[in-house]
Amino acid sequence: MADPHKLIDSLAGALVSLDRLEVRMVLTRAGEFFSPVQIIEKVVSPALERIGDGWSRGDVSLSQVYMSGRICEEFINPVVLLPEGISKKNQSRMAIAVLLDHHSLGKKIVCAFIRAAGFEIMDYGQGLTVDNLIKNTTRDKIEILMLSALMLPSALRVKEVRQKLNEGGCSTKVIVGGAPFLFDSELWKEVGADALGRNASEAIEIINSIRGEVN
Amino acid sequence: MAGGMTSLQRVLTTLGHKEPDRVPLFLLLTMHGARELGISIREYFSKAENVVEGQLRMLRKYRNDCIYSLFYAPIEVEAWGAEVLFSEDGPPNSGAPVLRSPEDIKKLEPPKVRETACLVKVLQAQRLLKEKVSGEVPIIGVAMSPFSLPVMQMGFAGYIELMYEQPDLFDHLMKINEEFCVEWANAQLEAGATAICYFDPVSSTTIIPRDMYLKTGFGIAKRTLSRIKGPTATHMASGRCLPILGDIAETGTAVVGVSMLEDLSEIKAVCKGKLAVMGNLNGIEMRRWTHEQAEAVIKEAISKAGPGGGYILSDNHGEIPYQVPDGVLLAVSEAVHEWGRYPLDWLNA
Repeated sequence: MADPHKLIDSLAGALVSLDRLEVRMVLTRAGEFFSPVQIIEKVVSPALERIGDGWSRGDVSLSQVYMSGRICEEFINPVVLLPEGISKKNQSRMAIAVLLDHHSLGKKIVCAFIRAAGFEIMDYGQGLTVDNLIKNTTRDKIEILMLSALMLPSALRVKEVRQKLNEGGCSTKVIVGGAPFLFDSELWKEVGADALGRNASEAIEIINSIRGEVN
Repeated sequence: MAGGMTSLQRVLTTLGHKEPDRVPLFLLLTMHGARELGISIREYFSKAENVVEGQLRMLRKYRNDCIYSLFYAPIEVEAWGAEVLFSEDGPPNSGAPVLRSPEDIKKLEPPKVRETACLVKVLQAQRLLKEKVSGEVPIIGVAMSPFSLPVMQMGFAGYIELMYEQPDLFDHLMKINEEFCVEWANAQLEAGATAICYFDPVSSTTIIPRDMYLKTGFGIAKRTLSRIKGPTATHMASGRCLPILGDIAETGTAVVGVSMLEDLSEIKAVCKGKLAVMGNLNGIEMRRWTHEQAEAVIKEAISKAGPGGGYILSDNHGEIPYQVPDGVLLAVSEAVHEWGRYPLDWLNA
């Protein structure tokens, strides 16, 4: 039986080195012992979690985080599309967006990590007004809304999103992330968010915790 | 003029790694000028004269040690044809990238600095400011590094992919950007800027690992800075740089703008005698500082980086958010004037 810890080490190392060949070899090795779904749960998600934590500590750079997520998506997408692929049952309805401006790198990273962890998430894009975001969220009955921000004005506008969701009787959980929230640890509470994801893998932990509460 | 030094003398002394009369204060304010003039951010940046008036008012009000002639970061990509999106309460942002695909790099033409209206406006402001401050206050010009400009030219994700996956197109883009950066920086120095702040956040280890920096941003900075005919300060715009400080010192820059994510004492220890340190107040958190908090933060920063000179007190991003109230800025200034006076005897008390 393969040691998942060794596979996680190897995969995380290959991902931050952007070594696609090694990524393929590690996943092939994992495939000798695990099903595609188990590979995602036992190897890919933990490896991405380690990379996300490394980013928070300053040991891993953003370019490596972004490319890791992208490479994982390349390998995971075919698995997700398999008939026996990841179960979509009992998933919360999730969406992600960037308000007002067009800084979308954080959103892309979070999307890639979340999808590589086997979740579905709708990407509303960037440059959204508060009203458009509320319209989309209500229409799609979104349960978890993730908002990524690089600019302070966009981060502050989350408060308006929270207020309008409340006014509409919408119980959507709002998770925020991005530079302004990292530089001011009180900001996520100030804008009325339900949680702060300090990195993409922490966002996944929060999703799991919210799903636990709901279920 | 405390201790008889002008702001310029104060800054030059600290850049020489000696103690001037006081720690220089660089409040890097842009949009606050609009508030001073009681006009919108868009209107403020529409005329050189507005920025000149705003900067002069803020120089006096906050007893600042520099004039900051940056209008807004995307002004450079505006020069390349990009749309700039103004907002009522924040810095203008760049709209859709000018490079829609990496292939567009092949036909990319740099703008001619002296024929491009938005850049000419900045040069005009610098000329007017030079007349007003007559060599007593340094005027800081800004040039985005050739290595960091593509974030606005083609979007961050696309640029990371280019860097790793299409080295030929990356090199081609760097050649074009280097020529533009050198021309733009030198035009500002000719117009009246005393020094150029070379913004290079992509080189920070927050964005790329050191080995990638050594293959890319390091060499680009060395080549580019050597052709800029004046002193330069390299700014990481909140990004970490402790692991590459020794490398940054080799690029020929005089100052490094550092992040609040790293400890000023550690940074100062590495930079001592090689690079002056500028930073590292948290502009985002500054929004809600009390007078007492401002004083405590300034004292801590000065205690860590002030001794021996070679330190300029500033924010960690290179632009203070519009949401930071005037009262906080006044408190910061007051604390620097109180606790930044050399010799820093209070540290030994």
